[in-house]
Amino acid sequence: MASSMRIINGRVYDPTNNIDGEVKEICIKDGKIVESVADDATVIDAKGMVIMPGAVDIHCHIAGPKVNAARKLQPEDHRHDVHESTPFTRSGTGGTVPSTFTTGYRYATLGYTTAMEAAVTPIGARHTLEEFHDTPVIDKGFYVLLANNIFLQNLLRENRLEEFDQAVAWWVSSTKAYTVKLVNPGGDEPWKGKKNSNVADIDEKTDEELSPRQIIEAFIKSVHKQGFPHPPHIHCNNLGHSGNYITTLETMKTAGDMRAHLAHIQFHSYGGELGKNPTSKAAEIIEYINNHPNITCDVGQVMFGKATIMTADAPLAYVLKGHSKGKWVNADTECESGCGIVPFSYQEHIYMHTLQWAIGLELFLMSEDPWRVLLSTDHPNGGSFMSYPKLIKLLMDKSFRHEEMKRVNQKALDSCSLRDLEREYSLYEIAIITRAGPAKVLGLPNKGHLGVGADADITIYDEMEDKEMMFNAPRYVIKSGNSIIENHEFKNDFTGKLLHIVPEYDKKIEEIVQPFFESYYSIEFSNYAVDDSYLHDHEIIPTGQA
Amino acid sequence: MAEKIILIPGRSSKQGTSLNQGKLKDEYIAVTSTLEMNQDDMDRLKLVDGDEVRLINDVGETIVRCLGKKPEDLPHGTAFIPYGPPSSQLMASDTAGSGMPLSKHMEVEIEKISA
Amino acid sequence: MSENIKIVKNATCTFCGCVCDDMELHVDLDENRIVKTKKACVLGKAWFLEHTIEKDAHAAMIDGKKVSMEEAIEEAAQTLVKAKFPITYGLSDSTSEAQRQAVAISDIVKGNVDTTSSVCHGPTGMAFQGVGESTSTLGEVKNRADLVIYWGANPAESHPRHFGRYSVTAKGMFTPNGKKDRTVVIVDVRKTKSSPVADINIRPKIGKDFEILWALRALVKGKKVADDIEEQTGISLETLEDLVERMKNCRFGVFFFGMGLTMPRGRHFNTGALLALATDLNEFTHFVAKPLRGHGNVTGADNVVSWQTGYPFSVNFNRGYPRFNPGEFSTVDLLSKGEADAAMIIASDPASNFPKKAIEHLKSIPVISLDTKSTLTSKDAHVAFRVSTYGINTTGTVYRMDDVPITLNPAFDSPFPGDEEVLKGIKKRVQELMLARHNANGARGEAKVAAARIQE
Repeated sequence: MASSMRIINGRVYDPTNNIDGEVKEICIKDGKIVESVADDATVIDAKGMVIMPGAVDIHCHIAGPKVNAARKLQPEDHRHDVHESTPFTRSGTGGTVPSTFTTGYRYATLGYTTAMEAAVTPIGARHTLEEFHDTPVIDKGFYVLLANNIFLQNLLRENRLEEFDQAVAWWVSSTKAYTVKLVNPGGDEPWKGKKNSNVADIDEKTDEELSPRQIIEAFIKSVHKQGFPHPPHIHCNNLGHSGNYITTLETMKTAGDMRAHLAHIQFHSYGGELGKNPTSKAAEIIEYINNHPNITCDVGQVMFGKATIMTADAPLAYVLKGHSKGKWVNADTECESGCGIVPFSYQEHIYMHTLQWAIGLELFLMSEDPWRVLLSTDHPNGGSFMSYPKLIKLLMDKSFRHEEMKRVNQKALDSCSLRDLEREYSLYEIAIITRAGPAKVLGLPNKGHLGVGADADITIYDEMEDKEMMFNAPRYVIKSGNSIIENHEFKNDFTGKLLHIVPEYDKKIEEIVQPFFESYYSIEFSNYAVDDSYLHDHEIIPTGQA
Repeated sequence: MAEKIILIPGRSSKQGTSLNQGKLKDEYIAVTSTLEMNQDDMDRLKLVDGDEVRLINDVGETIVRCLGKKPEDLPHGTAFIPYGPPSSQLMASDTAGSGMPLSKHMEVEIEKISA
Repeated sequence: MSENIKIVKNATCTFCGCVCDDMELHVDLDENRIVKTKKACVLGKAWFLEHTIEKDAHAAMIDGKKVSMEEAIEEAAQTLVKAKFPITYGLSDSTSEAQRQAVAISDIVKGNVDTTSSVCHGPTGMAFQGVGESTSTLGEVKNRADLVIYWGANPAESHPRHFGRYSVTAKGMFTPNGKKDRTVVIVDVRKTKSSPVADINIRPKIGKDFEILWALRALVKGKKVADDIEEQTGISLETLEDLVERMKNCRFGVFFFGMGLTMPRGRHFNTGALLALATDLNEFTHFVAKPLRGHGNVTGADNVVSWQTGYPFSVNFNRGYPRFNPGEFSTVDLLSKGEADAAMIIASDPASNFPKKAIEHLKSIPVISLDTKSTLTSKDAHVAFRVSTYGINTTGTVYRMDDVPITLNPAFDSPFPGDEEVLKGIKKRVQELMLARHNANGARGEAKVAAARIQE
């Protein structure tokens, strides 16, 4: 299926290689971008079109135990949004939590060719990999939840840092993950063991011994030392709470000058008093990020309409249950994590929701370095990935943005600076925040660009005035050199591959982990690590190049 | 003389072990044809362990052997039977829109089969 | 018994939803059978010891006659493609890899897929869609639960190691003394082999579970219940109030519930009431609820059908996309209303445990069966595949009742293929046949268009 191809006459946006809209020929052979191809290569004439690398979603929730629970929970979300089969593609259902096949195909229809599932319990890794196998077209990887891992916390309490590094490497390796994910560090034990309470401060020691800050610091140092391609992916404490920007700033400071990625930072940029309406602290947060090149983030933009809250931050989901009054899922994973799921809807007339929407846009518009402030909606928490084209239009088109501002809660707008921000993103900048930037932050050398040697993941859009329309329907999508979409129609199916890392560790760590396992887990140690049969196509990204 | 009872089909460990041998084997057939009854009910119906009884409802009928249980362990007017082909004979197909046929607490008539 | 014995450690028993993965199996390699098990319960032991290779069985048969695998796959595929309303049912005693193939086949032939969930905890799945669920993995119960309530379940006979491994005598992080650190309550209409384990046995009147659960919800929220509650339910107000105090004041409470709630009148209303009660209790403490799932991989079936279609069971593809409607697309209903015109039954025996009317219709249509043993369903099947046993002969993934996935570590080879292999073969063939039909239709379509142009 993968043959050689030549794309001519299109305007190329390839920020990694400093190409900003030049007409340039792109050649593809054996799934890679090459210098040139033979004359008999298939030719795509991209005259009047825009060529970009396939987009990369650095933070979304698309596969695994919590996603599947959210799917099962919401038949009402699927019924109105069906996805028909073709003779060569599978059917499915959509909504904010689409079925696996639909997830893959719909990412492709937006020009996305890589997506990273942002929160998987180690014990749920096998499940996630099975779903990935049924998630077509895109390449994918996942971040493994380790911050509330009781065994790792015990090592930190005992200051056994050498073993901590080994154990982190063992866990990442044995689950076939891409990096470590920290969610509300220290918050699980109060939730599960202390009658649904939570940790309130980054320096609070819930058990007299260990604070969230100590956990965060330990992971940042360990991952730095081991040279993972992507740093710890951090969901800070106090998500969604008024006044949480202090916690966020403190979390960033904890990194010192080491790399850290802050997930869905919009949800962590609130001023005001706990329990009262928040204010925007986007300016304070973005200023810190602008001045600290070691920090990267994805925004976690809120988009109005239906969403699904799904998070390892179980106390947060419980708080939101109180607002939504609807159904709620809590799911505790032994020794590893909590989880909460709440169907949700963001509404223009609500102060809080408008402020969240505005803060996300403020962060984008005040960012001085698009390479480090990346596009996400924390799908489906802030809204579906299907709303990315609209988000791009909000960023590129200030008159559209101002029109939209007329429809929202004005009191919320009064309290932030969004009305005063006149910036418009260029196509080049959009290519950075959706392609080149996430690939760079993830440490994926063959993604997010169109230089020789890159994976031939390519999107070709008709250039249009209406950017939402443009980004909603690429004319061509090429994945690993395979023509998936031609003239807006699916032409081929494709499985995609797993992206993961295999950090080295000293085998002796298994002897230390095993007794804990035998006492406190409910499955056998030897049945825990995920074997290679779950990989299907995969690529190991090297570690140790920090 | 027929009398109404509430039938509770369910799992038992014997039903579980015998189905591993095969559902067409004698043991499974014997296990799923054994009706546990309240001993007082059995006395009243002049039944002893091993007697054959006919269970009848609108759906169908089946013949099983009865076995007494202490009255305090199984409420009056109820009987237990391991899931299997005999209990299926009495199961109505209406699921009330749920997909699940009424599979427990089925009203049936019981009558002794005279030897 | 020969001397040629292989020992398999940490093998997994897939008989019930406990999916114990700590089995030691002694395999006689000359005789190709398991001769001894360690740690297995009475059900597990029967599972392992009785799944021998039946040498006189044929891997593939059409209408009771031995055929080649290719012939059987061709006939199965043709049967599914020719049918107007082909249904697939069963799946719970199979690996998730095989389940993925089975759902794919249903999608490709635009048929119907349903699992044994619909006659098991299907009503729990429906209740889940309505109210959600607070739940946990079983290790969390072992480590933390100090109040364990079984409702309408008899694990001593259905899940014999549940008490010891996960919930009663199991010793965990915050329950170092096992049973001494817990209070166990059993709610059941009859005395069962589980009853002696309980500190408190509650024996309500038959068919009053919903009323009791609703009364408990009221009491938890500080509301009054009817004065005649005891008369109605057989349980005194005092007992209910005592239970409420225990539930509100425990550290980590758990409900395990069985088909005593899903199968009688009330079905998903019963389970919904219980899930809602567990949710309500989280206002006071940490409380979870778990259905005691039956078959080894019924939880995997729910998961696979959900991730591929968005719905857990009773899914129909007639329109080219998934639709969910228990009562309409559930197998008992499709069969008893006489709608299905071909059925593929995988690892299940509806001919012995479905309602009589459904069985009658099943017997009137062509059936494709995949089973490890001869059953009433396979005996009359048009195409019958004898397959190897998951966990004993074939590897793959199984989801425990708490959604924890486990990889199977098989003991010995079988001459029969696994479900996945057979289903992959059928899938490949139905895909070819459907594509050919599509192209033929397309060609006809174009020809029609051409004809119209000429007429113009």
